Amino acid sequence: MRAAALATPVTAAGKGYEPPSLEAFHFKSFFDFSVLGVQFHVTKIVTMMLFATLVIAIFFLAAFRHPRLVPGKLQAAGEIIYDFIRNSIAVDVIGREGVRFAPYLTTLFAFVFLNNLFGILPLAQVPVNSRIAFPAFLALISWVLFNYLGIQRKGFGPYFKEMLFPPGVPKPVYILLTPIEFVSTLFVRPFTLAVRLFANMFAGHIMLLVFISGTTYLLTVSNFSKAFAPVSFLMAIVLSVFEMLIIALQAYIFTILTAQYVSGALAEEH
Amino acid sequence: MSLAAIPLAAENNPLIPDLGELIIGFIAFAVLVALLWKAAFPAIERVYHERTERIEGGIARADQAQQEAQRTLEQYRAQLAEARAEATRMREEARVQGQGIVEELRARAQQEAAQITARAEARIEADRQHAFAELRSEIGRLAVDLSGRIIGESLQDGDRQRRVVDRFLTDLEDAAGGAAGGASPAPPMR
Repeated sequence: MRAAALATPVTAAGKGYEPPSLEAFHFKSFFDFSVLGVQFHVTKIVTMMLFATLVIAIFFLAAFRHPRLVPGKLQAAGEIIYDFIRNSIAVDVIGREGVRFAPYLTTLFAFVFLNNLFGILPLAQVPVNSRIAFPAFLALISWVLFNYLGIQRKGFGPYFKEMLFPPGVPKPVYILLTPIEFVSTLFVRPFTLAVRLFANMFAGHIMLLVFISGTTYLLTVSNFSKAFAPVSFLMAIVLSVFEMLIIALQAYIFTILTAQYVSGALAEEH
Repeated sequence: MSLAAIPLAAENNPLIPDLGELIIGFIAFAVLVALLWKAAFPAIERVYHERTERIEGGIARADQAQQEAQRTLEQYRAQLAEARAEATRMREEARVQGQGIVEELRARAQQEAAQITARAEARIEADRQHAFAELRSEIGRLAVDLSGRIIGESLQDGDRQRRVVDRFLTDLEDAAGGAAGGASPAPPMR
């Protein structure tokens, strides 16, 4: 931070420090096509996302396609991930019924995690989820999923009645509570789900860019500020490690919140 | 970074999702979910199920084996106890039988001893009778001879002679029976 702050006065002297901009999240398209008027750009981000999808598919298929009672190394690795999501999220949050959703939640976790992980992987170096389109469709799926399950389990009327008029509340409170519940469950939930993941990845990426571009800039200055370049570089490394934590945490949060919403939709009236 | 620096045009606003990316991402993720849902996770769930069953089955089998072993052990114990009882019974029988045999042998031996004794006594009696008879006739003859020689007169007269001898012997017997009873015949035999 100090290194970045110190860099500013020098700006006047050289060609100046250019802070990372939104341009860092725009990549040139390798290949453009259009279907039904929708423009598709196959960028670095899209390629990485497809690569992540392929890696996850290959990993789980190789691990679980022909499973053995006594697992091999690959199957054991797959089981560690699946067991974690299945037992610590699906069953813990949703209950016995949660086993049914463990496959989806595991896929979701793996997808979010790997697409986050690109943020600190060499060569990739940008998280897929820093483009809001990806968190957005995942949040949309979660939203459709929990509303669908709720309507399927309780019926259309009772589901919304329970959502908008929670029992055990004095009647006048509903004037305040019902609009809040309506907005919070149907609009805020998917929005926060998507934005939380996106913003964390976006901000994390900008932080790393600040210190990395700061390091390269400080190396170009001709005064004593050059001495701060290693500090900035060290900061970038520390933040990468910190990012690792955020990457796993955000994938976990996205998965557990989806499970939470499913659990709420399936739960009997309380 | 000032607010003015953020372009508000849709294609640059980071909060507006790119429709193309959204659709591509959705399709890729949907295919991934469908594929893994169908091909990967059911298989591992089956293995989990099988594993649980194996473990539970193993416990049940171990239980069964334990019970079987217990049953066999009890059977062996019962057989052992039976065998012991049998052995005791046989020993007792043998003892009783042995005692019976000893008793029988003893009885037989006593009987034989009694018979031998009886036979010996009978023979002794017979010998005594014989010796007595012989002695009696001898004594009579000697006495007649002697008295004939002493008196000088023949006692050939049968009747008289016999009477005399009988009277003498009767007296003799009376004297002997009164003085010594059964013991008196022994000294003359020596």
